[in-house]
Amino acid sequence: MGEEDYYLELCERPVQFEKANPVNCVFFDEANKQVFAVRSGGATGVVVKGPDDRNPISFRMDDKGEVKCIKFSLENKILAVQRTSKTVDFCNFIPDNSQLEYTQECKTKNANILGFCWTSSTEIVFITDQGIEFYQVLPEKRSLKLLKSHNLNVNWYMYCPESAVILLSTTVLENVLQPFHFRAGTMSKLPKFEIELPAAPKSTKPSLSERDIAMATIYGQLYVLFLRHHSRTSNSTGAEVVLYHLPREGACKKMHILKLNRTGKFALNVVDNLVVVHHQDTETSVIFDIKLRGEFDGSVTFHHPVLPARSIQPYQIPITGPAAVTSQSPVPCKLYSSSWIVFQPDIIISASQGYLWNLQVKLEPIVNLLPDKGRLMDFLLQRKECKMVILSVCSQMLSESDRASLPVIATVFDKLNHEYKKYLDAEQSYAMAVEAGQSRSSPLLKRPVRTQAVLDQSDVYTHVLSAFVEKKEMPHKFVIAVLMEYIRSLNQFQIAVQHYLHELVIKTLVQHNLFYMLHQFLQYHVLSDSKPLACLLLSLESFYPPAHQLSLDMLKMLQSRLKTTCFSIQYSAFLNSETSVCEGAPISHQGNTVKNMLLFSNRFLETKL
Amino acid sequence: MAAAAAGAGSGPWAAQEKQFPPALLSFFIYNPRFGPREGQEENKILFYHPNEVEKNEKIRNVGLCEAIVQFTRTFSPSKPAKSLHTQKNRQFFNEPEENFWMVMSKDGKPVIEYQEEELLDKVYSSVLRQCYSMYKLFNGTFLKAMEDGGVKLLKERLEKFFHRYLQTLHLQSCDLLDIFGGISFFPLDKMTYLKIQSFINRMEESLNIVKYTAFLYNDQLIWSGLEQDDMRILYKYLTTSLFPRHIEPELAGRDSPIRAEMPGNLQHYGRFLTGPLNLNDPDAKCRFPKIFVNTDDTYEELHLIVYKAMSAAVCFMIDASVHPTLDFCRRLDSIVGPQLTVLASDICEQFNINKRMSGSEKEPQFKFIYFNHMNLAEKSTVHMRKTPSVSLTSVHPDLMKILGDINSDFTRVDEDEEIIVKAMSDYWVVGKKSDRRELYVILNQKNANLIEVNEEVKKLCATQFNNIFFLD
Repeated sequence: MGEEDYYLELCERPVQFEKANPVNCVFFDEANKQVFAVRSGGATGVVVKGPDDRNPISFRMDDKGEVKCIKFSLENKILAVQRTSKTVDFCNFIPDNSQLEYTQECKTKNANILGFCWTSSTEIVFITDQGIEFYQVLPEKRSLKLLKSHNLNVNWYMYCPESAVILLSTTVLENVLQPFHFRAGTMSKLPKFEIELPAAPKSTKPSLSERDIAMATIYGQLYVLFLRHHSRTSNSTGAEVVLYHLPREGACKKMHILKLNRTGKFALNVVDNLVVVHHQDTETSVIFDIKLRGEFDGSVTFHHPVLPARSIQPYQIPITGPAAVTSQSPVPCKLYSSSWIVFQPDIIISASQGYLWNLQVKLEPIVNLLPDKGRLMDFLLQRKECKMVILSVCSQMLSESDRASLPVIATVFDKLNHEYKKYLDAEQSYAMAVEAGQSRSSPLLKRPVRTQAVLDQSDVYTHVLSAFVEKKEMPHKFVIAVLMEYIRSLNQFQIAVQHYLHELVIKTLVQHNLFYMLHQFLQYHVLSDSKPLACLLLSLESFYPPAHQLSLDMLKMLQSRLKTTCFSIQYSAFLNSETSVCEGAPISHQGNTVKNMLLFSNRFLETKL
Repeated sequence: MAAAAAGAGSGPWAAQEKQFPPALLSFFIYNPRFGPREGQEENKILFYHPNEVEKNEKIRNVGLCEAIVQFTRTFSPSKPAKSLHTQKNRQFFNEPEENFWMVMSKDGKPVIEYQEEELLDKVYSSVLRQCYSMYKLFNGTFLKAMEDGGVKLLKERLEKFFHRYLQTLHLQSCDLLDIFGGISFFPLDKMTYLKIQSFINRMEESLNIVKYTAFLYNDQLIWSGLEQDDMRILYKYLTTSLFPRHIEPELAGRDSPIRAEMPGNLQHYGRFLTGPLNLNDPDAKCRFPKIFVNTDDTYEELHLIVYKAMSAAVCFMIDASVHPTLDFCRRLDSIVGPQLTVLASDICEQFNINKRMSGSEKEPQFKFIYFNHMNLAEKSTVHMRKTPSVSLTSVHPDLMKILGDINSDFTRVDEDEEIIVKAMSDYWVVGKKSDRRELYVILNQKNANLIEVNEEVKKLCATQFNNIFFLD
């Protein structure tokens, strides 16, 4: 397996923390993505490290018993520590506020706190085995105020901080899930739904395990991911991941099924809107993209892995501190270790080694693993850091060695321009809305975000076409066909073609003395009228006399008749010292324009000759 | 002697009922170098029509032409005589290759009244030049034939070609359009044009032996990969000879019996106009006409494959050294057929949309002929339909003659100009020449004056030619 084959990697700079051991307890907070290393119940120090924090937070607290759960509120304002099954302790980290601890007991009698989640910098949810309690913390008063609560039997819970949704497992089979959504002091109950459990032998009681459920935002939508293990009774070929779409409003719906075609132990991550499924037995991972076309059976779409299974790229543990001095070779890290714990969306923690990594997708290797260029484009256009990779794919498909066929090239251009057009349309309707003054009345109006998938004409020109046209070994027929294909694609999406693309076509045609072709293109207005183009044509007159006529036609379309006439007369006098008769006096300021245009034309000629 | 050739011109000719149609008297090709000495004169003659003419008369006629050319050369060394008018006939001279002379003579009636007939001179000189171009398209240059097989081969080729070709010359239906030798372009929107471009490029890629492609719709040109001059004569061949020879089964509709008899595929309407008729016949001959292009330069010999689906025709030209097999033809049929069928219906649909939008369905009340020397584009509302045998013009021949006169005037000077002629019975003829473009308009307005006519023409320019730059 070549180095370039791995398409998943661990981030280069992991968060390093003290390994878990009997005196050092390690906690991970999914909301703030922080790792807490609590030594001796906090008495000998707590070190908090986040992915973006340069400086870890360290503090001490009194050892009041074993810490069960420890989390900062958002923005690290308040620390919450659970030590007993009835209470949670709080400590303010806000300057000028008292740092004395205060305690909150859960309201429901005889309930045990399963855990807690911060939903904002001052709002917290207690999850007990008998329901949930939503509190507001008042740090200056060192007290909590109950905002809302809800009673139901809870087996376990799961929190998705990105969407502020808590999922509670209820019923005996644990497979009825009750979601709650939190926003700005309100708690709303969403419709509950049931996860279909696979048929199991009668001897064992089926139940939904917390380990087989994950929540993640994919393409802006919240999904509950259920890892359905292979059951011997059914004739399915392997385990699968079932995606339940959890909309803001309305019922949860089963949408996608990811076919794993294997059995064993799995773990899920979501990276760049891709579902990554790790398989421990084979130490490989596969990725799924729910936006790629799958097989739709009328209600659910079935997906297969986008790419063949590959291991995460081998990782060397960086050596720091005194070990580096002894010039030891870096230690290879054991991948897919059983001590790995996976968190959503993209976090992998090795508590025994003391590392927290973000999982990343490498796009370059995928280019060679996905031979279908259309599918490759569909895949790449959905990725965050796709621009340079897409441009390199374009360059590659136009290179002598990896040349793609024209229909393939056309497909790629169409996909690029489809995305480009979507952005242009969004931009235009935004501009129109702003003009109409709707921006004040509607706060929902947002300027469309230009993602990396938006590759405009100048990108394609600069990174792909201009270099491609320069290649001497390329047959000019192919060069022109590619340029025309790009122009066709732009036109098909009703995108105005920039004149530099037209210039590229003209330059190529002129270099190969294909004036008659050029003439025909102009005749059908394939190369749209523009002043620079008209001047370029004027400059070509000595090579191809009809260019003069073409140029004047173009200028006529661009300008008023009088101006054009005067222009043409001036031009004639200027270049050919012809004497022509014209009604009306020439307009003096036109002279300047003419000179500018001629400068432009000369520049073009220099490049030609 | 005249009777032998007059048969060619016996077609229906309603418009010129009073005039006797001009007929081809003789047509010959000679090279004075081939028989410079006395007694060898016969060797000069490479081709002579009609062949039945007695040998001595042939020699006499050739000798006379040679003498006239020699004589006129003393006055104008670079431009010797182009035509000779006598009481009985007219002769036209053309030297397409050095020392090779082509002479055409047609009968002429005694001129009763004075009439400047420069038009006809220009028309027939053009026809003569066209004869050569057509010969060259299918046979290459005279010189090439000499190199390949000497005089014998050249004579064979000339005989073979002109024997048939001269029968298709219909001098009586020649007019201004023959002088122009233009190409009618199919009006099309940008997007459909780009689709066609894309189609051509893809076809050239998948059928990798294709060197050039031309695309026509409704007998009008949309794309030519050939150079202009080669396309001009190929276009002439396609539109006046090849296309009319094939009945249009697509006109008959899908369910008609003609359609059912069409060999080949049911998935598409594609068929070969040159080459194999039935692809399912294993003995089908894959013989395509050979054409010669770029004869001044690279001198290329090509096979001409013409393939048509509905009203769309594509010419694929492949190098003559490659012999297209039946397999190739089947592949071409399977690749090009379906795509061309779709494209043809796209073009048709788009054309109808455009026509409705521009509202050009309404016939303008004036007739015009437009020609652009730069791209050879021609457009005529005077001619209903030009077929090889008859040119159905909708105007009186006298008006056509005026158009010819204006054209001669335009040829004499380089500058742009405009000529307005008041013709008989309320007709006005306007000629406009602007930057290598010529426009002739025939108006019929009762009691119109010069100003009104001028206004009308301006209106026409604004509606029909608004994207063209005309000097006022």
